[in-house]
Amino acid sequence: MRHVISLLIENESGALSRVSGLFSARGYNIESLTVAPTEDASMSRMTIVTSGSDEIVEQITKQLNKLVEVVKVVDISESAHIERELLLIKVRATGKDREEMKRMSEIFRGRIIDVTDSTYVIEMTGNQQKLDSFVGAIDRALILETVRSGVTGIGRGDRILKI
Amino acid sequence: MVLTGAEILIKCLQEEKVEYVFGYPGGAVLFLYDELFKQEQIRHVLVRHEQAAVHAADAYSRSTEQVGVALVTSGPGATNAVTGIATAFCDSIPMVIISGQVPTGAIGQDAFQEVDTVGITRPCVKHNFLVKDVRDLASTIKKAFYLARTGRPGPVLVDIPKDVSNTKCAFEYPKTIEMRSYNPVVKGHQGQIKKALQLLLEAKRPMIYTGGGVVLGNAAEQLTKLTRMLGFPITNTLMGLGGYPASDRQYLGMPGMHGTYEANMSMQYSDVLIAIGARFDDRVIGDPSHFASEPRKIIHIDIDPSSISKRVKVDVPIVGNIADVLDEMIKLLEANPARPDPEALGVWWKQVEEWRRRDCMKYRNSDEIIKPQYVIQKLWEVTDGDAFITSDVGQHQMWAAQYYRFDKPRRWLNSGGLGTMGVGLPYAMGAQLAHPGSPVACVTGEASIQMNIQELSTCRQFRLPIKICNLNNRYLGMVRQWQEMFHGGRYSESYMDSLPDFAKLAESYGHVGLRVDKPGDVEGALREAFKRKNDLVFLDFQVDQTENVYPMVQGGKGLTEMILSAEDL
Repeated sequence: MRHVISLLIENESGALSRVSGLFSARGYNIESLTVAPTEDASMSRMTIVTSGSDEIVEQITKQLNKLVEVVKVVDISESAHIERELLLIKVRATGKDREEMKRMSEIFRGRIIDVTDSTYVIEMTGNQQKLDSFVGAIDRALILETVRSGVTGIGRGDRILKI
Repeated sequence: MVLTGAEILIKCLQEEKVEYVFGYPGGAVLFLYDELFKQEQIRHVLVRHEQAAVHAADAYSRSTEQVGVALVTSGPGATNAVTGIATAFCDSIPMVIISGQVPTGAIGQDAFQEVDTVGITRPCVKHNFLVKDVRDLASTIKKAFYLARTGRPGPVLVDIPKDVSNTKCAFEYPKTIEMRSYNPVVKGHQGQIKKALQLLLEAKRPMIYTGGGVVLGNAAEQLTKLTRMLGFPITNTLMGLGGYPASDRQYLGMPGMHGTYEANMSMQYSDVLIAIGARFDDRVIGDPSHFASEPRKIIHIDIDPSSISKRVKVDVPIVGNIADVLDEMIKLLEANPARPDPEALGVWWKQVEEWRRRDCMKYRNSDEIIKPQYVIQKLWEVTDGDAFITSDVGQHQMWAAQYYRFDKPRRWLNSGGLGTMGVGLPYAMGAQLAHPGSPVACVTGEASIQMNIQELSTCRQFRLPIKICNLNNRYLGMVRQWQEMFHGGRYSESYMDSLPDFAKLAESYGHVGLRVDKPGDVEGALREAFKRKNDLVFLDFQVDQTENVYPMVQGGKGLTEMILSAEDL
């Protein structure tokens, strides 16, 4: 089962490697991991997408909690939540493809943020599936470069991860 | 007060009431050693290899419940320390390791004796720090000791660059420390404790299974009281020996791979099992699916939430400080007239006693050749069961655990988790320094002892009257045993050739060496050794080369699938 784990961690050098080291040392999966400081610069928020049985995910959250620099851990996928990921994709945009690419970007509510004679850079946010579908929907031969931020997420309503 | 980093470190250690620092100097820690030189409160023990410094500090902690302290230089000093740190980590021993580092400006430049110590040690410490600014030094040391001794204890490493130890700043040792990210649970959940007690009172075939957590949590007294109030059978794991007096009738011996028949059978066929400070390790319960095949309720008390339901699903988890949880249970039991059903308990004990009558620890003694088990039995007799016993890793370790009956906690020091050969002698050093007047014996083998044999020199320098009992069978005994049983008797590289004359070797370091060949001389040699109160005595027992450790549960097998003796093969 896929799980999205959010955690607050002291913004100290080495904190990220403690988390990633834990996953590799214990053989847990990491599908994606994102991290950036919060409004409190002394603390970072990390979103980890992982998969495993209930027992394994329980161990993952316990082991994360055990790390001295980890302040709080929540499996946000256990209840209503929102996931978003950012995609930047550079595509070839010449001839008839130029108009087609613009149309596809609009259908998926993307934005073209860089234009040259022969290329576009499209910015798109959404959940993982939406970005996957967009990448799948355009002609693969036209893709020059893609970069994705990895999933970030937040609980709905009054589910708040804060200290 | 404005001080240098080195002065600050020493002041911090003094504030923490550190008695001994085990270490080895080098370039990156010269300022620290200079300050050590200028004071007398902290004594430094110069080892001959950094691994031994960490082991000795670890043993100091195991035998006293204080935080052990080791000091090593950068680069190879730190890498040599890693085995010691990992050993302490696997057994949850509270320690602070100070390592020197190249100057901050040189970090990342591939400087001489530079290594990423924080990176290398990260997976085998409870936490570690690199102190880049001298102003953070005092609070970091405070945190290190706090982290080491609270919650589930463990080693904490503080890496100090050379320039930091020589930079000045205002010093004040923090009185308290607060970390928003670290708040270990102390009190157990009251509702869970009541639920557990109810289960225990209703049990028909109860069993108590305890581990190193009882020893580390200083809960032996509470455990003994509760066990006697309930009248249940009890077993202590390798790490938990001495948590309950081994000479008591309710005690069934050690469980697990080389545990007793009665302990393993009772673990498997109990209807309520209470695990206290134990972690259902693979060497204790064998195959977890076989273990889970018998229906039973499991209560688990542990300080570490991640230990709960890690290998075995638990019905009533209680996270908290073991001594406090047991105190609470005793209090509830004293207020409650209900007791376990004596009739059911009687039937259960009858079964347990039947298992015990198998006498699985019997072995065939000999007049011709020294049996290793016999040496341990005599060691127990000669020391009245009251010595500090350290061991290395292998067959001798199991025999020591099986045949020396520990009645008190913190008397048995061994590497249970990591299984580090070479710990025995440095462990004995740490224990002897912590308990100068007490008998300390190191049970070892000719292979293990050679992994830190250089420490005989440290023992000479500090006049440590350790008694080394070398069960010399000229084989890597446990490897040989597995090769005999599971690898068709192909003894690949398990024979030890070209051994030194250990008695003479000990003498060359200025100690006393005795070679013992005959069973009839074992007791006399031991008595002679312990009579020499001021001498280290190296007893080189020439033991049966073919003796194996029984009972045995083969790796990956079920707990009750035991080989009781060679006849079962």
